[in-house]
Amino acid sequence: MRHTRLRAVAAATITATALTLAACGGASPGDSTDAGTDGGDDDGGTGGGAASAWILTGGGWPVTAGSFERWNGEHDDQPIAVEEFENDAYKEKIRTSVGSGEAPTLIMNWTGGTLADYVANDQVVDIGAQTADLTGRVMASVAQNGVVDGTTYAVPMNDVQPVVLYYNEDLFAQAGIEVPTTWQETLDAVATFEDAGIIPFSLAGQSVWPELMWIQYLTDRIGGPEVFQAVLDGRPDAWSDPAVTEALTKIQELVDAGGFGDAFASVAADQSADAALVHTGRAAMLLQGSWVYATFHTDNPEFATSALGFTTFPTVEGGSGDPANIVGNPANFWSLSASASEEAQQTALDYINQFVYDDDQLTAMLDAGSVPPVAGLEDRIAQSDDAEYLGFAYGLVQDAPHFQLSWDQALPADQAQELLTNLSQIFLGEITPQQFVDAMNATL
Amino acid sequence: MTIVRRSGAARMRRTGPPFWLALPALVLFGCFALLPLVGVAVLSFMEWDGLGTPRWAGTEIWLDTVTDPATRAALWRTVVFVVVSYLFQAPVALLLGVFTAGRQRYRAVFAVLYFLPLLFSSAAIGITFRSLLDPNFGLSRAFSPGTLTTNWLGDPDLALYAVIFVVGWCFVPFHALLYQAGVRQIPASLYEAATLDGAGRWQQLRHVTLPQLRYTIVTSSTLMLVGSLTCFDVVFVLTAGGPGEATRILPLDMYLTGFRSYQMGPASVIAVILVVIGLTLSLFLSRVSGAGRMQSQQAGAA
Repeated sequence: MRHTRLRAVAAATITATALTLAACGGASPGDSTDAGTDGGDDDGGTGGGAASAWILTGGGWPVTAGSFERWNGEHDDQPIAVEEFENDAYKEKIRTSVGSGEAPTLIMNWTGGTLADYVANDQVVDIGAQTADLTGRVMASVAQNGVVDGTTYAVPMNDVQPVVLYYNEDLFAQAGIEVPTTWQETLDAVATFEDAGIIPFSLAGQSVWPELMWIQYLTDRIGGPEVFQAVLDGRPDAWSDPAVTEALTKIQELVDAGGFGDAFASVAADQSADAALVHTGRAAMLLQGSWVYATFHTDNPEFATSALGFTTFPTVEGGSGDPANIVGNPANFWSLSASASEEAQQTALDYINQFVYDDDQLTAMLDAGSVPPVAGLEDRIAQSDDAEYLGFAYGLVQDAPHFQLSWDQALPADQAQELLTNLSQIFLGEITPQQFVDAMNATL
Repeated sequence: MTIVRRSGAARMRRTGPPFWLALPALVLFGCFALLPLVGVAVLSFMEWDGLGTPRWAGTEIWLDTVTDPATRAALWRTVVFVVVSYLFQAPVALLLGVFTAGRQRYRAVFAVLYFLPLLFSSAAIGITFRSLLDPNFGLSRAFSPGTLTTNWLGDPDLALYAVIFVVGWCFVPFHALLYQAGVRQIPASLYEAATLDGAGRWQQLRHVTLPQLRYTIVTSSTLMLVGSLTCFDVVFVLTAGGPGEATRILPLDMYLTGFRSYQMGPASVIAVILVVIGLTLSLFLSRVSGAGRMQSQQAGAA
């Protein structure tokens, strides 16, 4: 009796194990994460012939979505399935997809460390020859970001995104002061607004990455672009440059002076709460990417047309960096997935060559208040509705001796995360500049 | 088969339902829990950035991760999170459960209200509370500005406790439901006897309800402790581990290391540590509480 039971249990266990293994064998990790079907009637995967693309939401992205809609309307035989993601969700998902060979045909990226990783693992293909026309029309300082070791692996596909200083003109008029152009004037303005009960600078500290813009601009103004280039080159103790320490000290002085209010760590950029503080008249200034201009117009058109001001980041007295330098994202870029079928790759290339920065897209971008990184647009910009802002941003990019790609994109992922964590602790006053420097040197 | 030695319980088990009834569950469990777990254990000895080919690194990653002060800080934060969560959830759930077990109609209305959080998705709860607790645009805008402008999720000293409150808000209804069911199963005759003996309301709670709920308490405590140990979604939506590292408990540390820094090796080490702690905790609880020897306490009550 006991033996029979034992044997039955053993048999059942073996069956269970076998079933388990069999059931697992059929499952493939990407099956449940196929792209949606917004753009076409195919399944959106990359295994078959159909092309696919993942894009983001917010900012100027509706223009890209519209571009794909036009493509799909005119090309029934070459549909591109489009799926939209929120910024952070995209960054997490795309890496896993690329790593498992399930990436969309068109891989959107910010170049920098991520693109270098893709290239090192042969996950994107050389598209230099096929896209030479496009890259020829684009500003060189932007297009060169898609080049890794002399080969073009990515081409720009939307607006150039310099970080600029937005401000609320009404609040400055009330306070009776001018927009700061130097660091000293900045500190004075902070004191004035602080006394008036207005947050001097809106900052989305919960998202952390907007804090990068501060350290990037300050380091560049104080020590020039060479400081961060040394970090990128992996030179030992590159973070020990005095310019970094001075930038961090200035940041902490600004925080202590109430420059960002006392609740910046609760403000999230993905809900545009930082812009909302400015257009609701509760914060005077905002250092953010050019995409926020579109956000202001969508969220509060009345404010955007009457009281939204914009200028460059202040100069820092005694700094050796060129005050015309800018930081931000040169653009978002398209790369072509190496795991996509040839047919899908061809569809994607046709799309890039025929639709990226074509006349319709340029019009749509200018209408949306975004700056295309395409050379020779002065006349069109002068005729657009937002001529003042677009002309400012366009000139800013064209005249910049150096355009620094966002540090978190330029660095490899693990260093970038360490940077973001330590930087948020600098803003919270939890660590000293020296601790920051030591922690970051340890990642090199 | 050692269970043969035991008398009552063992005989019950041997005449229980046939083994094959467990097969579907076993298959699912093996497929979606055991196999990935083995994968993670293997991965914890490898260096992998999610893109290239994993490279064997031996015990190096384990040593680095375990001795990393950041991991230890996260572990300590997790302990605080689990203990404070339990101290908050258990009494509230127990009292709510006992209260809603009464048959009065107004209590039924309350029970429905208390039950509501269970119906919402964690992401929705996280987003809602993030907005409510926002010092700039949250509750403080609707009510008096002075008192509610506290920077709940942005202050490194407060954030962990604010998160514990929200997590408690999510899970208290579930445990209250367990207790409600438990209390309703206690035979009325026990209370009648206690009343005859002159026991007041608090004495009844102390000497009848609580002892009778013993096994419900064990079950609910195990779920609470292991649940908060692995709690991820609400915390991620609320703070994503910030401000600074104030709410970076182990599950978040694992996720951020794996899917933000793309260091799959260290992330797998943290995952294995979590599994070991979780298993040890549940085993320990079931040993200490004697869950394995559970039997009816209602003999003779009817």
